[in-house]
Amino acid sequence: MEQTPERVHRILIQPSKGLFHFEVRELWQYHELLYFLIWRDVKLRYKQTMIGGAWAILQPLMTMVIFSIIFGRLAKIPSDGLPYPVFAYTALLPWMLFSQSLTRSGASLVENANLISKVYFPRLMIPLGAAAAPIVDFIVSFMILLCLMAWYGIRPTLGILALPPLLFITIMTAFSVNLWLSPLNVQYRDVGHAIPFLSQFWMYASPVAYPLSLIPEKWQFLYSLNPMVGVIEGFRWALLGKQSPNFIAMAISIFAVLALFLSGFIYFKKMEQSFADVI
Amino acid sequence: MSNIAIRVENLSKQYKIGARGLRYNSLREQLMDNLKSIFHRNGSTDQAESTIWALRDVSFEVKKGEIVGIIGRNGAGKSTLLKILSRITKPTAGSAEIFGRVGSLLEVGTGFSRELTGRENIYLSGAILGMKKAEITRKFDEIVSFSEVENFIDTSVKHFSSGMYLRLAFAVAAHLEPEILLVDEVLAVGDASFQKKCLGKMEEVHKGGRTVFFVSHNMAAITSLCTLGFLIDGGRLVLSGSPHSLVEEYLSSVRNCASIPVSERKDRRGNGRIRFTNVSILNNRLEAVEHATSGQDIYISLEYDMGNYRKLENVIIQISFAGVFGQPLFACLSRVAKDGVLRLTPGARILCHIPRLPLLPGTYTFNIWCKVAETMEDWVADAGKLSVAEGDYFGTGKLTTNVVGDFLVINEWSVQ
Repeated sequence: MEQTPERVHRILIQPSKGLFHFEVRELWQYHELLYFLIWRDVKLRYKQTMIGGAWAILQPLMTMVIFSIIFGRLAKIPSDGLPYPVFAYTALLPWMLFSQSLTRSGASLVENANLISKVYFPRLMIPLGAAAAPIVDFIVSFMILLCLMAWYGIRPTLGILALPPLLFITIMTAFSVNLWLSPLNVQYRDVGHAIPFLSQFWMYASPVAYPLSLIPEKWQFLYSLNPMVGVIEGFRWALLGKQSPNFIAMAISIFAVLALFLSGFIYFKKMEQSFADVI
Repeated sequence: MSNIAIRVENLSKQYKIGARGLRYNSLREQLMDNLKSIFHRNGSTDQAESTIWALRDVSFEVKKGEIVGIIGRNGAGKSTLLKILSRITKPTAGSAEIFGRVGSLLEVGTGFSRELTGRENIYLSGAILGMKKAEITRKFDEIVSFSEVENFIDTSVKHFSSGMYLRLAFAVAAHLEPEILLVDEVLAVGDASFQKKCLGKMEEVHKGGRTVFFVSHNMAAITSLCTLGFLIDGGRLVLSGSPHSLVEEYLSSVRNCASIPVSERKDRRGNGRIRFTNVSILNNRLEAVEHATSGQDIYISLEYDMGNYRKLENVIIQISFAGVFGQPLFACLSRVAKDGVLRLTPGARILCHIPRLPLLPGTYTFNIWCKVAETMEDWVADAGKLSVAEGDYFGTGKLTTNVVGDFLVINEWSVQ
């Protein structure tokens, strides 16, 4: 019986020759692994806690309460005519998504050292999975926002359709930064200590606790180059009907993220070849 | 279409070693180094990092359906070869071509999470090892029954006994069904029945026409299972051929090695604050002897050099014995000594007393290592050999001939 020759899977292993090579097909082959990595992150996050997933709600909620007292009541920071709690919470959601993506993705390679040194799969999956996993927390805490909006009688507008792209920008920004930082962390653990600090710094450079209007006019454009400014203002615009974000600045910052992504991608592919030896 | 499964050409891998290569760098160290190199622009002496070739110009071809056993002493490059073939690390030079889906099993329980249940871990580990979700679902029942942990499948694996954990982990890996399976020393763990099960599974994989490539110190498994053997030493492929002759070659080389004076051995590991310089067997009057006899009181004497150190605290020494076939027998660990740790000063020697040597006649080899405060300082494989002749172990005036096994055990009999 004649058998049609099966398409033989051929793997060539050789030292990297300058330019990285990259197979989309392979990434696709492993797309289920990405799902499992996210699933593991979500499962493990609140294991052996008493209130479990309630932490996802409690963290932004408590931060919102503290912000409302300190910035809203005591410091009397303006909130563009919106009730301060809603104003802050709407910003805290994308912000917390971002900062969790940033810190978890930054530490991800080091945390998965045992996998990296024992089994092959596209290494990109690790920081990508860690950056995407906090979306689950986001969805949970988003429900609270809807309640909060109902309480204050704010109706969501059609702008809500803008949320998915905004979320995508948020995760891509965290991921792109970590295409640089997570491999650096493999080599220099200093980076692991610096990331939480970077995240804190970044928060004060984003309009989380205060409105964009507080920034002097002449600095606003420069300030808006921070992609999270566009995302947070976009959230307030989409949900609370505030004025729209500066789309030109947003477009520029998206290009900046794209550049960070592409350069980070090349850097990551170059560095990943020595992960197993260095980690 | 060719029937080659793996083709390797001049494969080499170089590692940087020394204090920097092994531990992670900190940015400060790097910056300081850069700063230093500015001042020492001309004299680049301390920049000459030492490197070793973990693998050097290895070439071979493996046909489909072979079971290849790789043997060699620790640090010979076996694991590096497996790591390159499983694409975990890149070679420095040369190339390898693999025809077929590869599954690698370099440790049992890759991707397991202690907090997750058995069921969850099957999916997670399966996905990490390269299985599709649908594939895992299809094989799920088979995996569970192979692992014999049906009743605990929804319990978090941190409550598993180590045996259950191993069985479950291996069960997942065993159902990977790749065309080429790379296995590293997995059989060294687990009890005898587990090992038997693993070997059985590997034979099954082989019967299915797939290729297996495995590293082991279990010489019996290599000779009984493999169709082809590779002997690796010092990063080079020294011999390939029938597993039987290879194992013999390897064991005799181990015995030869044990005859080289320790001070001349270069293939050692550790930081080197202490170096063993001489190993000898002494009788109970502390005189060196050529060979011991069963039942004799002996001392193993280790002389050492500790450089400029005046005193080293928290020293732990281990002497581990292996039998005629390289199988591990027992180890003497100084941690169990009176104070738990030893204090060393220059010019002394370490004595390990073994009263009433319970070994049957034969030639045994032993590895020695020394740790100071949990860091490895010196480690020499097959540092010495212990020849044991017949002796009056039981004190009955009868010699110990015709006793099976490796050990003698005191036994008393009566009819009451």
